[in-house]
Amino acid sequence: MTAVPHLQIKNLRAKIEDKEIIKGLNLEIKGGEVHAIMGPNGTGKSTLASTLMGHPKYEVTDGEVILNGEDVLEMAVDERARAGLFLAMQYPSEISGVTNTDFLRSAINARRGEGNEISLMKFIRELDKKMGALEMDEAFAHRYLNEGFSGGEKKRNEILQMMMLEPAICILDEIDSGLDIDALKVVANGVNAMRSADRGFLIITHYQRLLNYVKPDFVHVMMQGRIVKSGGPELAERLEAEGYDWIKEELGIVDETVNANV
Amino acid sequence: MSVDIQLRFDSEAITEFSKANSEPAWFLEKRLAGLKAAGELQLPVLEKTKIDKWNIDQFVPFQTSGKVATAQELDDLVKGQIDADSVKSLIVQKNASVVFQSADEELKNQGVIFTDLATALKEHGELVQKYLGTVVKYDEHKLTALHTAVVNGGVFLYVPKNVEVSVPVQAVFEVAGDDALVCPHVLIVAEAHSKVTYVDTYVSGEGKNMVANSVVEVYVGAGATVQVASVRSLSTEVHDYSFRRASVDRDGKMEWILGEMNDGNTVANNTTILQGVGSIAETKSISVGTGSQRQNLTSQVQHIGTHSESDMVSKAVMTDEATSILNGITKIEKGAEKANGVQAENILMLSEKARGDANPILLIDEDDVKAGHAASVGRVSEESIYYLMSRGITRQDAERLIILGFLDPVVAEIPVEEVRNRLRQALERKLG
Repeated sequence: MTAVPHLQIKNLRAKIEDKEIIKGLNLEIKGGEVHAIMGPNGTGKSTLASTLMGHPKYEVTDGEVILNGEDVLEMAVDERARAGLFLAMQYPSEISGVTNTDFLRSAINARRGEGNEISLMKFIRELDKKMGALEMDEAFAHRYLNEGFSGGEKKRNEILQMMMLEPAICILDEIDSGLDIDALKVVANGVNAMRSADRGFLIITHYQRLLNYVKPDFVHVMMQGRIVKSGGPELAERLEAEGYDWIKEELGIVDETVNANV
Repeated sequence: MSVDIQLRFDSEAITEFSKANSEPAWFLEKRLAGLKAAGELQLPVLEKTKIDKWNIDQFVPFQTSGKVATAQELDDLVKGQIDADSVKSLIVQKNASVVFQSADEELKNQGVIFTDLATALKEHGELVQKYLGTVVKYDEHKLTALHTAVVNGGVFLYVPKNVEVSVPVQAVFEVAGDDALVCPHVLIVAEAHSKVTYVDTYVSGEGKNMVANSVVEVYVGAGATVQVASVRSLSTEVHDYSFRRASVDRDGKMEWILGEMNDGNTVANNTTILQGVGSIAETKSISVGTGSQRQNLTSQVQHIGTHSESDMVSKAVMTDEATSILNGITKIEKGAEKANGVQAENILMLSEKARGDANPILLIDEDDVKAGHAASVGRVSEESIYYLMSRGITRQDAERLIILGFLDPVVAEIPVEEVRNRLRQALERKLG
């Protein structure tokens, strides 16, 4: 992995079953940058996240995704993760019988490779520190992965995984949904603590709220499966104040998904 | 018996073995009655499983082995089941011989009897006679009758009133050699307000056409708690029949933890009879079906006492071309008011060719009760695999984590660390 990661998404098209959702999307994320993608519901934001990670439900029909010169679309899901991609999911699975600790160690060791496993002491030290930062009760270490976790606990657990795995490109899919303001701050602190020159972020959100705590460098608006407008943090503020209609007008978009209130 | 196949033992061989072990006359009579009944009785009727072509009685029942002086000298197969350095109360039986036994001094001081069946018949004959065959009758069907005729070992565990045994006692049963039989009878008597944990494991060595036919009888006195954990890892060359049953008195509690890790054909019936008011049964079992093995696994609770409670959980993982029938039977008798029985059977299918049937059965003859069941047959969820893979874990490891996780809630309950580890190893071996 190079010190400064570089993710390029070029003219990406993806469909689920026979419905095209991503319709020619371009985006470039470099280490040190925080990108936010905003947009109304049903415009393909979460599909983009899942497609980048390689969810089996989505099929890429055209375009390229390149991470540090390597073709991501050729990689299996686990290879993408080991190459440095991370997706904090909106609806993470509950896995009975697998403790958070066992899972995290397996994931860390999968990345480090055979013969280079993390020592138990070091692992526990890191885990304690990061759970403390996220204000998570110690009991979560020994609970089964996400089983019986509340929505907010699942989100914290996603961030915990991100902090433990230290990925190069972090994609956060609506990490703010279902969080109260205190939890939101804790999660935002976790993200901010990880900002560095050797890590890029793609934050997908419906609301401006999270961006008050995690300041983006770039804000993109997604509609109809494409990025239709890009700007700085001020764009997010305007969207919060005025909604999306002005963009639709400006660009002459008749956005059926929004009108249909999907 | 089958008319066209000769048995490889007769009443003379049985009498000879009985005399060699200085068994009391009443026990030999029981054996001979068993032999007679075995010739007359039918095989048990099992849901969706035909066993008439299985190896029922084609064995040489009384193969003997030499004793060893210390646990360290036991063969590696057995040593893998125990902590040879620290185990204090242990009985090891290979085919028809007790090859090692020890009992903690502490137990003797408490008045606890923990010894092999032959010794118990000699030294505690009256006590054994009082309980033996009262929970599982010798003439229930051909298999119990046959068991009674050729029983070639076993364990007697007696815990006096108000005595709590703090460390689990352990037994290992090994069957090895062509046509060998291991046929232990385990009798556990826990008097009122006593407490004990018994753990056994079944292993097999080299050999062909082997049979294991075991009976476990547990008498749980008023307010007593008995925990029995059993892990069976017998090879494809062993056909295994086990009938385990407990009778629980007022406010007593019976807890079963069972790991059915055999590679060969298996019939297991595990029953708790809740006789007393407020008596409790908990049964947790896991099984893994591999290769072309056939398994019929029944967990059963019979509620007789009022306010009695039961909880049964059975989990099975099925792969290759294996077939498993999981029966859960909750029977609530008339008069068992305020009884509460719940059960769940969950099967995880890993192969298209495997077959797993979960049969929850509630038989309720009383109105004022609670009862519930849940059964599921499913596959490893692709969404779960995706989630684990998205953290860098390979598909193979993700599946393994999910499968072991499916079984872990039972594995984690095994009371002896060595047995727990052995069970995890058996799982890795079967699912590797």
